Amino acid sequence: MAIEITMPALSPTMEKGTLAKWLVAVGDTITSGDIIAEIETDKATMEVESIDEGTVASILVTDGTDDVLVGTVIALIAEEGEDAANIEVSSTPVAKVETPVEIVADTAAETAPAAAQMVVADDPEVPAGTDMVSLTVREALRDAMAEEMRKDGDVFVIGEEVAEYEGAYKVTQGLLAEFGGKRVIDTPITEHGFAGLAAGAAFAGLKPIVEFMTFNFAMQAIDHIINSSAKTRYMSGGQVTSPIVFRGPNGAASRVGAQHSQNYAPWYANVPGLTVIAPYDAADAKGLLKAAIQSPNPVVFLENELLYGESFEVPDLPDHTLPIGKARIMIEGSDVTIVTYSIAVGESIKAAEALAGEGISAEVIDLRTIRPLDMDTVIESVQKTNRVVVAEEGWPQCGVAAEISAQLMEHAFDHLDAPVTRVNNVDVPLPYANNLEKAALINADGIMAAVKQVAYTQ
Amino acid sequence: MAISKSAAAKKTPSARKRGRKPALYNASPEELLTFYRQMLLIRRFEEKAGQMYGMGLIGGFCHLYIGQEAVVVGLQSALKDGDSIITGYRDHGHMLVADCCPKAVMAELTGRSGGISQGKGGSMHMFDVEKGFYGGHGIVGAQVSLGTGLAFAHHYRGNDNVSMAYFGDGAANQGQVYESFNMAKLWNLPVIYVIENNQYAMGTAIKRASSEVELYKRGESFQIPGKQVDGMNVLAVKAAADEAVAHCRAGKGPIILELKTYRYRGHSMSDPAKYRSKEEVQKIRSEQDALELVKAMILNGGMQDEAELKAMDKEVKAIVAEAAEYAQNSPEPDLAELYTDVEA
Repeated sequence: MAIEITMPALSPTMEKGTLAKWLVAVGDTITSGDIIAEIETDKATMEVESIDEGTVASILVTDGTDDVLVGTVIALIAEEGEDAANIEVSSTPVAKVETPVEIVADTAAETAPAAAQMVVADDPEVPAGTDMVSLTVREALRDAMAEEMRKDGDVFVIGEEVAEYEGAYKVTQGLLAEFGGKRVIDTPITEHGFAGLAAGAAFAGLKPIVEFMTFNFAMQAIDHIINSSAKTRYMSGGQVTSPIVFRGPNGAASRVGAQHSQNYAPWYANVPGLTVIAPYDAADAKGLLKAAIQSPNPVVFLENELLYGESFEVPDLPDHTLPIGKARIMIEGSDVTIVTYSIAVGESIKAAEALAGEGISAEVIDLRTIRPLDMDTVIESVQKTNRVVVAEEGWPQCGVAAEISAQLMEHAFDHLDAPVTRVNNVDVPLPYANNLEKAALINADGIMAAVKQVAYTQ
Repeated sequence: MAISKSAAAKKTPSARKRGRKPALYNASPEELLTFYRQMLLIRRFEEKAGQMYGMGLIGGFCHLYIGQEAVVVGLQSALKDGDSIITGYRDHGHMLVADCCPKAVMAELTGRSGGISQGKGGSMHMFDVEKGFYGGHGIVGAQVSLGTGLAFAHHYRGNDNVSMAYFGDGAANQGQVYESFNMAKLWNLPVIYVIENNQYAMGTAIKRASSEVELYKRGESFQIPGKQVDGMNVLAVKAAADEAVAHCRAGKGPIILELKTYRYRGHSMSDPAKYRSKEEVQKIRSEQDALELVKAMILNGGMQDEAELKAMDKEVKAIVAEAAEYAQNSPEPDLAELYTDVEA
């Protein structure tokens, strides 16, 4: 029986990769520990080591194949005594990883309500007719930093593994090569210290971009984000400014467990003096990170690891900067407003697509900036739809959704035809087990159910 | 105090290098008079602040610097324009010596519109960026990382300025101090870490809190040189300061100065200081007072006589009285100020 070599998962979030290069050929004898192939993920090129011994009988996925799903059989090894020339593929290559949950939109096909028209809105900040390029969120963030660093010598990047390693999640790729070690600075593992150092450098007028490997580690440094950076302008009667950006991945990733999976948007959004931004797509990531770097105020810029590798259309403009504090209507609709931000925008769009098939027209608003909150855009939408669901990848209590809900009570009560309903993660530390994690996180199904509830169709 | 240092210094080879006899700065008569006047200004200012606190004119927390005057006066005399200063919440003295306006400092203590932060910072959170003074920080130890960042900015800009980051024997046990030491030496940042060891972290004597009470040694595992200095003798402080500043300006990276000093008053105004005896305080006041030491030098050296020093005291008291007057008469901030300076 031949040994099947499968596409390995090389990071917690990897679902597919490129088989860059085979280092062995059919007929070669390999022993345990031999490097047999190179695989490119969106973060790095990794070598694959054999743990088996035998003769390469068959290579099923050739050099340069993109998007090979984790778990796909890529080669067969004949064990000692087997005839390598006579090995048969025992099973068709199968991916072990489940594809993202599909939203089944047509379960009500028999009752067949008229499908609502779904209007994908353009960002009014982008001039009509602008050429677009496809970029990943990761590339967009990097480009934003590089563009601002080219313009302003006071801008520098500091954090763990940002320089030589090019970012734990490869967001700072290429920056060291272009800007050198003076402006792209690897720190020891010392969040409290380097956040304070950067905050002090900002007092002196430099413009640090502080990368936290993840915002979970920024809890070690939160004193400097809040007490030193957010409050000093006020306490100094306007003398001291803090032009600093704290950025990094935030929220749940993929099965990294409770200590590495938390959305801090509500924590920072509670603090006057801070600007809090949490973009969803690549265009917003780029335009808003540039705005954050240019801002004279301390900005907490919350990215999402699961979105880093996703591609979106980005305006091909030399200096595309977006306004801070402006929400964006992602999908126009008339029946219900879904207010959301960060990764939950994607789930909300999926929900809106499925709802359209059932005749419910949902408007999806991406807040983009969490502090200051663009309630004007939300209220304007509510005046049209009179129903609101707030979707947030994070805990319910005292969350951003709770804040939106409270503000709607205060400012839009008369426009509401149904209670504002929150859709959040389950109120538990995020579990590790695949099924439990899935059950704890917000998804399109939950958003759809809430929309139907406020629309009184269920 | 300097004697106890020498005894300790003989124990290890690395410590032996760090100066045997305390070096004393050879001050000119003018310099000595300036030092005395600056120390006197701090003492009279703080006495007045204490009095005004008692009268209910100053609220919240108020930490007086009485007893420690020689530390800031000696250290900051070694600085030049463009250097940065940062400290914790016992900050009034640092500001006065940085040449911040006494009226604006006192009016900040009373929370008035004429305060240096327009009344929005208070005693613990004062800034005067024009004078290179970056606070005034209420979180114990935070200023050490922030001060390292100020040094980073000097280094980044390639100037020869230094950052002077003050902290106490209590803050010396905070983790971020060592995170900062590590980076400062790793990158050779021009920062002088000034440990004002006044023997008590609030109510906890240093022996009860620190496994190694010789705080100047705290940089050893980071390759940061350290020196223990008699913080009650302004000339010893000045000599150490000159050496430390030269070290930093020469690009040799950070240096630690441990200033052995003593605060006469409680930790803050509400501290009855029951953790030490009245006799202990009295003994230091009568035997080691920083002002009395310099006063004796002035008198013995024939630079000024008692009457002239009295006149100086009167002059200083007038400055303080004027500041107190201003701080009481300056109006409270306009209510509209509540909403300003949150964001740029």
